[in-house]
Amino acid sequence: MKKIRNFSIIAHIDHGKSTLADRLIQYAHLVDDRQFRDQILDTMDIERERGITIKSQTVNLPYTSQAGEEYELNLIDTPGHVDFSYEVSRALASCEGVLLLVDASQGVEAQTLANLYAAMEHNLVIIPVINKIDLPSADIDRVKEEIEHELGLDPELAILCSAKEGRGIEEILEAIVNRIPPPVGDHESPLSALIFDAQYDPFRGTIVSCRLFDGAIRQGDTIRLMSTGAAHKVEEVGIFRLRMESARELTAGMVGYIIAGIKTVSDTRIGDTITLEQNPAARPLPGFKEVKPVVFSSLYPIASDDYQSLAEALEKYKLNDAALVYQKDSSAALGQGFRCGFLGLLHLEIVQERLEREFDQSIILTVPSVQYRFTLSDGETVTVDNPAHYPDPAKIKNAEEPFIRASILVPERYVGTVMKLCMDRRGLNSRMSYPSPGRVEIIFDMPLAEVVFDFYDRLKSITQGYGSFDYELTDYREGELVKLDILVNGEKVDALSIIVHKDRARERAVVVCDKLKDEIPRQQFKIAIQGAIGGKIISRSTITPFRKDVTAKCYGGDITRKRKLLEKQKKGKRRMSIVGNVEIPQSAFLAALKTDNE
Amino acid sequence: MQQDRIITGSAEEAPGLYIHVPFCKTKCPYCDFCSVTDTSLISSWLKSLRTEMELYRHGFGTFDTLYIGGGTPTVLKNGDIDSLFDSLHRYFKFAADTEITVEANPDDITAEKLSQLKSLGVNRLSIGVQSFNENELHFLQRRHTAVAAEKACDLVESSAITNFGIDLMCGLPGQTIQGWQKTLAKALTFEPNHLSCYQLTLEPTTPFGKMKGEGIFALPEEKEERGFFLLTSRFLEEHGFIHYEISNFAKDDQYLSRHNSKYWRHVDYLGLGPSAHSFQNGRRWWNHRSIDEYREDLRKGIRPIDGSETLSPEQLHLERLYLGLRTRDGIAMEDARKGPHGDKIIASLRDAGFIKVKGDRIIATRKGFLVADRLPLLFPD
Repeated sequence: MKKIRNFSIIAHIDHGKSTLADRLIQYAHLVDDRQFRDQILDTMDIERERGITIKSQTVNLPYTSQAGEEYELNLIDTPGHVDFSYEVSRALASCEGVLLLVDASQGVEAQTLANLYAAMEHNLVIIPVINKIDLPSADIDRVKEEIEHELGLDPELAILCSAKEGRGIEEILEAIVNRIPPPVGDHESPLSALIFDAQYDPFRGTIVSCRLFDGAIRQGDTIRLMSTGAAHKVEEVGIFRLRMESARELTAGMVGYIIAGIKTVSDTRIGDTITLEQNPAARPLPGFKEVKPVVFSSLYPIASDDYQSLAEALEKYKLNDAALVYQKDSSAALGQGFRCGFLGLLHLEIVQERLEREFDQSIILTVPSVQYRFTLSDGETVTVDNPAHYPDPAKIKNAEEPFIRASILVPERYVGTVMKLCMDRRGLNSRMSYPSPGRVEIIFDMPLAEVVFDFYDRLKSITQGYGSFDYELTDYREGELVKLDILVNGEKVDALSIIVHKDRARERAVVVCDKLKDEIPRQQFKIAIQGAIGGKIISRSTITPFRKDVTAKCYGGDITRKRKLLEKQKKGKRRMSIVGNVEIPQSAFLAALKTDNE
Repeated sequence: MQQDRIITGSAEEAPGLYIHVPFCKTKCPYCDFCSVTDTSLISSWLKSLRTEMELYRHGFGTFDTLYIGGGTPTVLKNGDIDSLFDSLHRYFKFAADTEITVEANPDDITAEKLSQLKSLGVNRLSIGVQSFNENELHFLQRRHTAVAAEKACDLVESSAITNFGIDLMCGLPGQTIQGWQKTLAKALTFEPNHLSCYQLTLEPTTPFGKMKGEGIFALPEEKEERGFFLLTSRFLEEHGFIHYEISNFAKDDQYLSRHNSKYWRHVDYLGLGPSAHSFQNGRRWWNHRSIDEYREDLRKGIRPIDGSETLSPEQLHLERLYLGLRTRDGIAMEDARKGPHGDKIIASLRDAGFIKVKGDRIIATRKGFLVADRLPLLFPD
């Protein structure tokens, strides 16, 4: 028991977490150098393409300390983006300590602090690590000062490291075994294991990732999932060493997986406690804080007969992403679908991409919305996160939208452009502070709705990647909220409707009409695209019909070629929605999500 | 056998025979047909072709059309042409009224050549004039001049081959509508029975296609191309021609290309020579494009087939739609009316002026011809 250490690496995005994880894994020789590839824990294509971590991953690293003792270190890699902080907090529940990574040239960032607080909430030992000391712009003294003043940690305990060059790795490993306590827990007590992740395998059923707090589990045991009471016989237990490695047993303090032929997807819930059928634990573990979605959007299958398949995919997907919430929804334009709640816009994009890649679904997403509050003339208050449920305007007494406190850290030279961006997005009440020379923290009160649309992307681009952003929901504030409808040849496309502040409606309407003009292919008739509030048209664009589309020659050799082209086009058409008599491709719905009009 | 015939269309019609002559004196920069300029290969090609004829001699019954195209069939010397026809008659049977077409280049047309072709039974000529405008011919890098084109047409008009057509091209860079109308009017002075009017398209593998990719010249805008097409159709119809296929016009029903019409109606045809396509009982196959590979297979005594496909009922249906909508025969109502919305779609396309309904056929209008590449996609699967 005392030879186990469970730890996580937490850091602001881009501070080198995945690189450090790579080095630790290489040190343990889990794969030979030839097979090694960078960002090895980011197994999803989408993670590697975007260079970000989305999912927590666990890896068990054998380590012999300088004192000659053999250890098993469980590294739980975590995402850095603000949207995925729930993944971080889940991972932390399985750890006794963390490496808090700070970039030697960037210093402490918004997300560093947020992660530190999360680690402190779990009473974890914190080991500060200053990474990227090889950079010419590294300023170790300044960063140490920040660690002392902003994080309140002893800078003398910070380890200097260059994950890229492999410097400081042994020191880190020694600090892990010497400073982080072994997990506490009792082998002999009844089993209690916390499910922190799961994945569906069509052959073996759900593969449950868990941390054992008490007791032990081995093949042949019968487990009980405490929230549902479902019982299953254990087929295999094991640990993660980049691939699953079966083990004789898992015991208190360990992190590993359980396969128990759980074919009913809904039986497995992240945060649930596993115990044994015989000699069960008295009560479940505390589990996880429920995450509250802040962005809402509807998902529709592109072909309406794929609804059932999408329903099954969502169920399996949710196993692996507990933060997604959804319920049934329907649209006149798009048929049967699901209203989903997401943690942010990046989360939404990731869900969409993973459903398409891993579950082979072709889907359309509607424009994201936040949760609005309307007080009606009869005194009733309704919460609306779906434009389809926007109340009768004549009955609205007052409308409110969620506000956030946005905190943005930037080098001083970007203050002007960031201020402008925030004010364009209806930011109020700006405050500024100077956490360290040359860097500014800008705080704004802003409507959440203004942030869910590509705010983060815009911020990154106007600050050349230097801006960092974090936010917390603060309150609801009154605002004039209208429903903007988009009409295609006079027919309302319900999936494109949005609730928007009156001052921003026209601008949005113009952008959407322009975007759709580029995305909807020309057809044999003229297509009018209009933005309207109630009966009032506030923007318009027109797609001219195609007037000539014919190839001159069609003899022996052309016939097959031409048919193949038509077959390809036909396939493409199946990926379109028909509104009235206009074919609208999926890309048009996606383009409507982007607001940049510069 | 009988049943297969029914699926693929015309039950009674005799098959057509196509011979591909893959030789030209010069390569035109817009052309992506299979042809080479090395005429020293002609005799070995002829030898291979004879072997190929032998391999197919029993498969198709009696042909009632023969089309010799290319390439440039008229680059063949008189002796080669004689020997080609010799072989054709040795290996295949032809109906008494067989339509025998030869594609001719104006530069190769002489009174002697014409009388030779006539004596071999050729009863239809397709003259590759392309333009009567010197600048345009220069741009297209044709061998002949405008004067030579006119002279060749004169020769044909006064020859014993009374059924002939002229091939022309429009939509050339810099060409005006007025200029095109002049070309058309000039062509009509020779009183052809048939006109093929092709809009220039740039195939990516051709020199022109590559130049377009590099932005050296551009085709006319969509609006102008539309103008060329509409003018051609109106002008020729006013002069008594039937616009019977997107690019083809005939003076009278009896003068439309019987051979080409087989391609558009799933009638069987056999194509011999490099790159030639064949179709029989719902199966289509095509020969190697490379003359070397073509000769190599035949040297071994095997059919020089590069690929083949057997069309599924869906594929046959899709081809019937798009081929039919390119001709004035149109498509059968039952082919168009599939699915729950069939009638609604037909009505809306008719109201929009793309099609007209004539008995149990649906026929593309002139406006429909203009968008013939899209039209089949508008019908239900």
